[in-house]
Amino acid sequence: MIKQHPEPLLWMLFSAGGVMSGMLMPALLFLFGVAFPLGWLTPPTYEHVRALLANPLIAVTLFGLVFLSLFHWAHRFRHTLYDGLQIKHLEEVIATLCYGGAIVGSAVAAYLLWQAR
Amino acid sequence: MPEMPLYTDYHPRWLRRRVSTYWWLGKRSYFAFVLREGSCMFVAWFVVYLLMLMRAVLQGEARYQQFLALSSRPWMLALNIVSFLFLVYHAVTFFDAAPRALVVHVGKTRVPGSFIGAGHYAAWLAVSAFMFWLVLGA
Amino acid sequence: MRDHIKLQVARYLPEKQSEPSFDEHEVPCPKDWVVLDGLNYIKDRIDGTLSYRWSCRMGICGSCGMTVNGEPKLTCATFLADYAPGPLRIEPLRNFPVIRDLIVDIGDFMRKLVAVKPFIVRRYEKPLSEGEFLQTPQELDEYKQFSMCINCMLCYAACPIYGLDPKFIGPAAIALAQRYNLDNRDEGSAQRMEVLSEHAGVWGCTFVGECTKVCPKHVDPAGAIQRYKLTAAIDSMKAFFMPRGA
Repeated sequence: MIKQHPEPLLWMLFSAGGVMSGMLMPALLFLFGVAFPLGWLTPPTYEHVRALLANPLIAVTLFGLVFLSLFHWAHRFRHTLYDGLQIKHLEEVIATLCYGGAIVGSAVAAYLLWQAR
Repeated sequence: MPEMPLYTDYHPRWLRRRVSTYWWLGKRSYFAFVLREGSCMFVAWFVVYLLMLMRAVLQGEARYQQFLALSSRPWMLALNIVSFLFLVYHAVTFFDAAPRALVVHVGKTRVPGSFIGAGHYAAWLAVSAFMFWLVLGA
Repeated sequence: MRDHIKLQVARYLPEKQSEPSFDEHEVPCPKDWVVLDGLNYIKDRIDGTLSYRWSCRMGICGSCGMTVNGEPKLTCATFLADYAPGPLRIEPLRNFPVIRDLIVDIGDFMRKLVAVKPFIVRRYEKPLSEGEFLQTPQELDEYKQFSMCINCMLCYAACPIYGLDPKFIGPAAIALAQRYNLDNRDEGSAQRMEVLSEHAGVWGCTFVGECTKVCPKHVDPAGAIQRYKLTAAIDSMKAFFMPRGA
């Protein structure tokens, strides 16, 4: 029996987050961060965006994107600090801040999406 | 650590070299690795940006337009262009890595890694096209 | 003109020095000479006190791994003519303690290798009278790549994670564990999982991928590790949700 520690679960979340963010983020950032500001494409009307956010399937997808992406960031950033900067004595503090941050961000997304329904 | 040898007259002092904090600058592949890991910061930034957009939309039309105006500010635009490049780097490195972990068998035959990789890229294209359609048209 | 090459060879004599130094020697480099030939030339004709490991000189024993111009290489497989006129820097393999000159202590790897049980593990041994195990070419292909490992430890020298945290079990140990896990004659996956699923087991790896790059036998330890992470994670989920069914 394997010892019970959270690494396998955290790695699964990291992997799922990597796939989700890889699939969804480039196109979304291209639209809202590059194309619309540069005037290459016309931004959607307020009503359209509001309706998109109210859609339950879209809301669930967006929540999944935020939750998994933040856990992807948390896992990777924690390892980078550990390996890159060799800050081993702060191991537990870093883990708490990273995964804690991911939970907080996900809670904010859940709250906003709930308000938008 | 088990079996640490005692330093006696007859046991030589082993040389142990510490890895430099800047180990990742020493080789091109190490640097590419750290860039890949660093792309996660831009993943987190996009989440923040997305939450900002969602909050603006919730607060009404005026705030939404303010958000769009903010996104056109030079520093924000520059940040987002850099972020976009890093997000693409993240996607490419992740989808290229997927076949190394995902070994799939259909019956007794192994699905070639190139199929797994191609599947990810095809899905990426399809999902992106769908999102363009959702946001711009629908 | 290019028939000689300058070699800068690391020396470390613990009775005399506390820091390593470099000796410089010109050695001939006919086109079929490898770095190991250069070292043997130095030891035979110039300085007999130089110490280093080697054996088969044909890339199968795994003894002659050293750092050549900053890269972990088998000195029996690295041609001098490619670097002439030099200087070519030869140092001991990275990430291992140096005992003397170009010799490193490999005890850590040896202990880790034993810990992953690199042999066929079966619940009940099949008696000889029942004959040999039959394995199809497809079944062999499942693990064959990982069986090519010659324990040269170039992957440990290349792995920054191992350099930063010597508790990490390392690429070759995991690849060899996979060689047996994926062998359909073996029934020991569960036993290996204990040591592999520790924090310093597979979960220490962040897929830098350098191990696969330097492997002289194309074992792809990085691939073995990522594949094992997925296997172990799925098993972990199964154990969590179906504790009795696992």
